[in-house]
Amino acid sequence: MDAIYADSQFQDVPYEEKKKLFDQVAGDMRYESMLYGCYECGICTAACPSARFYDFSPRVFAQVMAREDVHTFYELLNESVWDCSQCFSCLRCPRQNNPGGIITIMREVAVNNGLQSAKDALQAYSRIIYKIMSTGTQVAPDMLQPDFFPDWGPDVVQVSKNLDVWRRAIPPETMHTTELAWDVSEKTRMELYLIWKLTGNLEMIEQIDEGLFMILEEVMEELLEEHGYDIDDIDSVIDD
Amino acid sequence: MTPLTILNNQPGGVPPKAKDRVFDRKGKKPELYYRDQLFELEEKGELIIHRIGEEQDAVEIETKYGRKKKVPRNMTWHHKSCGQCGHIPGYSTAIFWLLRELGYTYHDPRDQTSCTAWNYYASATSNPAAQAAVALRNFAQAYEDGFYPIIHCGTSYGHYKEVREELIHHPKLRDQTKRVMDKLGKPMVFPEEVVHYSEWVHVMRDAIAERQTLDFKDITVTVHPACHYHKLVVEDAVYDKELYDGQRTAVVSALVKALGANLADYSTWHDCCGFGFRHILVSRDFSRSFATIRKIERMKEEANPDVTLTHDTGCVTTLDKSQFAAKAHGRNVGIPVMSDAQFAALAMGAHPYKICQLHWHGVDMRPLMEKMGIDHETAWAEFEEVAAKVKSGEIEYMSWEDC
Repeated sequence: MDAIYADSQFQDVPYEEKKKLFDQVAGDMRYESMLYGCYECGICTAACPSARFYDFSPRVFAQVMAREDVHTFYELLNESVWDCSQCFSCLRCPRQNNPGGIITIMREVAVNNGLQSAKDALQAYSRIIYKIMSTGTQVAPDMLQPDFFPDWGPDVVQVSKNLDVWRRAIPPETMHTTELAWDVSEKTRMELYLIWKLTGNLEMIEQIDEGLFMILEEVMEELLEEHGYDIDDIDSVIDD
Repeated sequence: MTPLTILNNQPGGVPPKAKDRVFDRKGKKPELYYRDQLFELEEKGELIIHRIGEEQDAVEIETKYGRKKKVPRNMTWHHKSCGQCGHIPGYSTAIFWLLRELGYTYHDPRDQTSCTAWNYYASATSNPAAQAAVALRNFAQAYEDGFYPIIHCGTSYGHYKEVREELIHHPKLRDQTKRVMDKLGKPMVFPEEVVHYSEWVHVMRDAIAERQTLDFKDITVTVHPACHYHKLVVEDAVYDKELYDGQRTAVVSALVKALGANLADYSTWHDCCGFGFRHILVSRDFSRSFATIRKIERMKEEANPDVTLTHDTGCVTTLDKSQFAAKAHGRNVGIPVMSDAQFAALAMGAHPYKICQLHWHGVDMRPLMEKMGIDHETAWAEFEEVAAKVKSGEIEYMSWEDC
């Protein structure tokens, strides 16, 4: 099947490859409850924050998926899929469509298949993935560095300068931490590592950032071994 | 009388003025609430429902489609937010302070992880089985600890409701999650109600007002309802016919009214804050533009509030931190941003720096504090005195007793 437009992008990518990825999205267990057709009313796009500042439209996602336009799907998968804010304002859809949910699935497919566009979109994001997967808390006080948040103003400079003292000047005992948002127990982190291994999450990371994968595996292996687990013997519950 | 009837009765089809219109919530009610479907799974032996018991001293309030929801007040297990604890520590601290002041027992666990949904919505480097297992591990821990989970983050609240829906609809996912939980040695547990802390604040608003020590009659407030609270799996969100004619969630706004402040409206109340999950960390040009142009500037022009309140991690962060760069460009910004819990705590006389930790916020809070009658210079000196003791090693930490 030819691309609809002569100037379509990604014409060098075989139709079969695009169709394979389309089928992975459409085959996700959640997909059937996310798309029921489209009135083309535009309510989703009117409510969408990303549509105001990007060349992005949740309605296009709903329509392209509904008419199984594999070529345009592939363009969306490699471009504007990462513009979505995941706020789910598009759930105002009178047909009960969930364009934001479709985009969540598309992003998972992009990551699982190691698409270069996904690697590019997440390039600056690796340290965040490391933080959440290794500690169980996504953002931590020590991320508040002026070089990372120069646009957040002088309070970030003050927080960074006084971090250790200011963290200990917070009453709840769980929050005297700088590298984690709160003090997550070792046992709980070990259980989280088991979840990542058992659900194939580490393999997803390997697809987009091999260096990060190796660091995470080393961190997890050490703690799991301390608790009597061999990381190589933990099989995913997803594949079989 | 339905809105349609009124419209049809107008001569020439002229619509009535807003004040004359009668609003009824006409949204399509679910045939069976997800909450009720959970009990069916329990009957089949697939999971355990964590029930709200007498020890929780629960209050019933109305949800979007009229179902009564039980909100526990006591013996609560606090599912903290990584963004709140990490970057807005006064948010979580204010919640705990309110619980202590109002005499309730709670548990602040170390055996808790984040929901990990910020990362999931940002990067998709996860999958439904992992997300469900993270949720159920936390819920199992609360169950084993003997406290009822109450969720601090709007995204955790929304995402756990998504997890509930997916578990109900997909036996394969239940099987995968069960196998993970078996490996962890933990039971499959889901709470009967998914409860957000702002619902706890909502049911406590009159008790908070009774203990109010500051007069808020001159304080004008705008409210940003969090997307993942009221848009994502809508049936659990709290509404009140007496507020916004039941057309908008009542949490946060009802607190503002209970505390005697002026609740001001603005046209873009339904818009997202611009957080974007991935964007706020690595594509902030979008977040800044949306937060300032669509939210803060609209509030300024239409309501000129003294403060804007919200009830989610990402919304406080985005609306607050985005204003510095916009101000540098001469935009019409400069609205302090905080959570409903911090606002309630201030009303009850909480320390603005030791408890509400307002020095972690970006926008200058001093004009607001002056209007509230807070001596911020003395308060900052008091905070710095304790911080100096921590720094010198005289004390290791600031404790509740130091507040």
